[in-house]
Amino acid sequence: MAFIPHTPDDISAMLKVVGARSIDDLFDEIPSALRAGTLALPAPLSEMEIGRLMAQRAAQDGRPLNFIGAGAYEHHIPAPVWAITTRGEFYSAYTPYQAEASQGTLQLIYEYQSMMCALTGMEVSNASLYDGASALAEACLMAVRANRSSTARRILLPRAVNTTYAQVAAAICGNQDITFQSVDYDRASGRTLLEALVPYRGQDFTALVLQQPNFFGSLEEVDALTDWAHQNNIMIIAVVNPTSLALLKAPGEWGSSVEGKQGADIVCGEGQALGVPLASGGPYFGFMATRMQYVRQMPGRIVGRTLDADGRPGFSLTLQAREQHIRRSKATSNICTNQGLMVTAATIYMSLLGPQGLTAVAQVSMQRTADLIAAAARIAGVKRAFNGAHFHEAVLLLDRPAAQVLANMAHQGILGGLDLSERYPELGHALLVCATETKLAADIEAYVAALGGAMNATRAAA
Amino acid sequence: MENIPSELRYTKSHEWVRQVQNGGVEVGITDHAQGALGDLVFVEVPDVGRALKAGEACAVVESVKAASDVYSPIGGKVTENNAALATQPELLNQDPYGAGWLFRLDAAGADVSKLMNAGAYAAFLAEEAK
Amino acid sequence: MSTQLQSREPLIFELSKPGRGAGTQFPPAAAGTASIPAHLRRTTPPALPQVSELQAVRHYTRLSQMNFSIDTHFYPLGSCTMKYNPKACNSYAMLPEFLGRHPLGPAPQGFLACMYELQEMLQEITGMQAVSLTPMAGAQGEFAGVAMIRAYHRARNDVARTEIIVPQAAHGTNPATATMCGYSVKEIPCDENGNVDLDALKEAVSPATAAIMLTNPSTLGVFEQKIVEIARIIHDAGGLLYYDGANLNAILGKVRPGDMGFDVIHMNLHKTFSTPHGGGGPGSGAVGVGARLRPFLPLPIVGKDGAGYRYLTEKDLPQSIGRLSGFMGNAGVNLRAYIYMRLLGREGMVRVAEFAALNANYLMKRLQALGFEAAYPQRRASHEFIITLKQEHKDFNVSAMDVAKRLLDYGFHAPTTYFPLLVPECLLIEPTETEAKEDLDRFCDALGDIRSEMQHDPEKLTTAPHTMPVRRLDDVRAAKQLDLAWKPAMNDRPT
Repeated sequence: MAFIPHTPDDISAMLKVVGARSIDDLFDEIPSALRAGTLALPAPLSEMEIGRLMAQRAAQDGRPLNFIGAGAYEHHIPAPVWAITTRGEFYSAYTPYQAEASQGTLQLIYEYQSMMCALTGMEVSNASLYDGASALAEACLMAVRANRSSTARRILLPRAVNTTYAQVAAAICGNQDITFQSVDYDRASGRTLLEALVPYRGQDFTALVLQQPNFFGSLEEVDALTDWAHQNNIMIIAVVNPTSLALLKAPGEWGSSVEGKQGADIVCGEGQALGVPLASGGPYFGFMATRMQYVRQMPGRIVGRTLDADGRPGFSLTLQAREQHIRRSKATSNICTNQGLMVTAATIYMSLLGPQGLTAVAQVSMQRTADLIAAAARIAGVKRAFNGAHFHEAVLLLDRPAAQVLANMAHQGILGGLDLSERYPELGHALLVCATETKLAADIEAYVAALGGAMNATRAAA
Repeated sequence: MENIPSELRYTKSHEWVRQVQNGGVEVGITDHAQGALGDLVFVEVPDVGRALKAGEACAVVESVKAASDVYSPIGGKVTENNAALATQPELLNQDPYGAGWLFRLDAAGADVSKLMNAGAYAAFLAEEAK
Repeated sequence: MSTQLQSREPLIFELSKPGRGAGTQFPPAAAGTASIPAHLRRTTPPALPQVSELQAVRHYTRLSQMNFSIDTHFYPLGSCTMKYNPKACNSYAMLPEFLGRHPLGPAPQGFLACMYELQEMLQEITGMQAVSLTPMAGAQGEFAGVAMIRAYHRARNDVARTEIIVPQAAHGTNPATATMCGYSVKEIPCDENGNVDLDALKEAVSPATAAIMLTNPSTLGVFEQKIVEIARIIHDAGGLLYYDGANLNAILGKVRPGDMGFDVIHMNLHKTFSTPHGGGGPGSGAVGVGARLRPFLPLPIVGKDGAGYRYLTEKDLPQSIGRLSGFMGNAGVNLRAYIYMRLLGREGMVRVAEFAALNANYLMKRLQALGFEAAYPQRRASHEFIITLKQEHKDFNVSAMDVAKRLLDYGFHAPTTYFPLLVPECLLIEPTETEAKEDLDRFCDALGDIRSEMQHDPEKLTTAPHTMPVRRLDDVRAAKQLDLAWKPAMNDRPT
């Protein structure tokens, strides 16, 4: 019997103590009219049989060469990360409510919080949220709670922010009368220009969301945009890529110092790039960090360091009463859990790479993408969409439909990028492409050859 | 034995009100409330100058167990708040009717006689305990 | 006899030394000049630790040894369902083809076949018509459920429904979720048998009722016997029934929420379907619906047509409440749940509730025999039950928290304490079906010894734990003197 240790002797001894004749008696409080019939489920499989089935299914999916980014990034994950993360003591531990029995998890989360503060330049981080998209939704709810000088519950949301994140924010925040004002991007640079915000000067907005790098991989002028927002009593919600923070100015330092305060007010994003595999879509983790003055408005769990009864340092979940207070506030969150296992992986990843390693990953990824874009733009019918600096992603414009080109490349075992035509139809035939440090020079060559071939093939077939 | 000073007025949400000179009032939370919350770790008081309506949530008291809103018993403008609570929230546990006061209002014309007196509050607590 | 835990370990930052690093993990350099404009560039490297690979491995391995876990300790946390997490679920979910796949490429047929079949199996088990795997945790599943209820009433222009009814014993996320969706909450009490008070329910129901949120068995650990009548009362008033599936382990294969009249259910795959708790996540809060709510399911869900499997989108479900995650939810967690369900199969699924109930009822009877008071002694335990220590608290001045901490010294993770709030000084105990009788007996022996200590040596309890890596922690200090991150001193910054 799968995972059930009871022998017939165990069963009869236990039933005797319970005073029941059979296990079925234990369900005698359930009205018989409600009792389920036989479930139409497949027969049980042995571990060997399910192993065969999963191997077959995995083989169906294969291992194409991946050049898609768009919010989930393929990076090399050092072997120790998952060897340690899947240790039973981390894998099968519960939320650390009994702190004395969970010091391993709690200390790890404290280290994680510290590392996220270091990367983002912010004063305090929580223990993680579900993913980057829902973290943005939580950041919007938090801004409504925290921004005392705003009552409008309106949030400025540039189109250069990941459109799925915008959908998720709308789905989660929409039932609490929070609305989003779209801000267009500049067609030449792919950036959000100050000019686009000027019409909203002096109006009541709670926050401005700024993604850096933005969804196109382009680098926004974060200082000018942060200053504009703060001059207008608008909070800045920064959505950032953690790998890029090894090279880019930390959001805690965006903008000028005004009355002793500087930088983004709330920082969030997707943490997957830090040691979490693509895994067909999840689980990933969201991160959030903020100023100490807003810590009581920040959702999610937080670990603090304190002393035990002998005066020695230890760790525990703290500020838990505020979670229940946030649940009754004017912008309610119901979040309970965090993504403990992914945070474990990310913390080990960041420790193994350290500042030099993470900088190298960021630098090499940026270089690979630059090389790929330069080579691709030499193919007839292919050109860069946007001028200006970008991180490890960029947009290519094609003179053939992206979907056809991608289908052709997929047949050659290459996932060539994300077709942008549904999210940004005004761009025409556009492809968002990403090359990380996992792509060697030969991979870039293979990509360029496949893209060229696909362009020709779709042109010939037209 | 609940500590319920006889000269104060009380609300059902466990705030107390003391009339001071110049028609103003001082507001805090009762001994019963601070006992139920446990050791306070954080207190947030309303800004000076803020105009409050009767029943408006205007302060927060937070212990390890719970975080609760404090509601203004009457309408008025905040003239002072107890800044000491920012670094010493335990003052409220130790001396809820004295050093643990929360804020003062200029309550021109507001009527505290509608609030419970000490006897009524004691009876209210006894009912709640059942 | 408790398992010896690793004692204290410095912070990783305290092991750090400038210039150290795990060099083999750095990517090979790429020649080129791509760079960030100066005004957007970071001026100093981030203050991450600089350690060797061995130092990192040793540090995190030692931290793991400071944890209790299912793999090492009996963990009878009520309402958490701490059953064994089969290793096979992890190994097969981590096959490189699944692990390396980007979610935005062409639909991966192997992975999606598993997801589609998981949807079907969950429908069958719960008696619902359709399932979405996208919510990433129980709380998100709840949100999806209530948001769908709202969308349903709105689509029918039934906008006067502004209230959701919630039993007093409900988990705190239930009313929070209702508020998040713009509803006000009406609480109703339970009766002395732990069931919803039907008279109070009839009074609370009105044309403003959008729904009731229920768990069955309830958080009090007992089966809601009048569930069919509750369903009728709510449906007659035009409201819908929401099922909080936290306690599904108690009724798997015995009762189906769809048959009880529920319109929407959220499941906690990390409880009932044994995906790892991971120190606090990731979970998965799949939702199942009846026909009424099917058009509103959160996206994406997996569909199948002649061409194979694909993700359904806004074009397929224009009335969907929308997307709740950046991609499709916690894919890898769902995959582990699928593997678990295939291992159990038809016969195994039914045995879960049977042996969860046997273990819970056995434990309850043995503890009662030792002198502990069950909160509902006249009821069958479901998969869990409540012990109240209110008498012991009076007689010996020890609390449920003290007993919980002392259990750690005996090598058992404590049960859930102080939930549900309705029962004073309570322990909510859920052994799950994967525990052997001897382990349950050892747990009873430990509680028997602790009971004796209560009377003769209560300080052993009130100052417990004694053998953990730390003594009892000062959580007042933790909340007052906030130390939430290690910060480098100025002269420790990496150059």
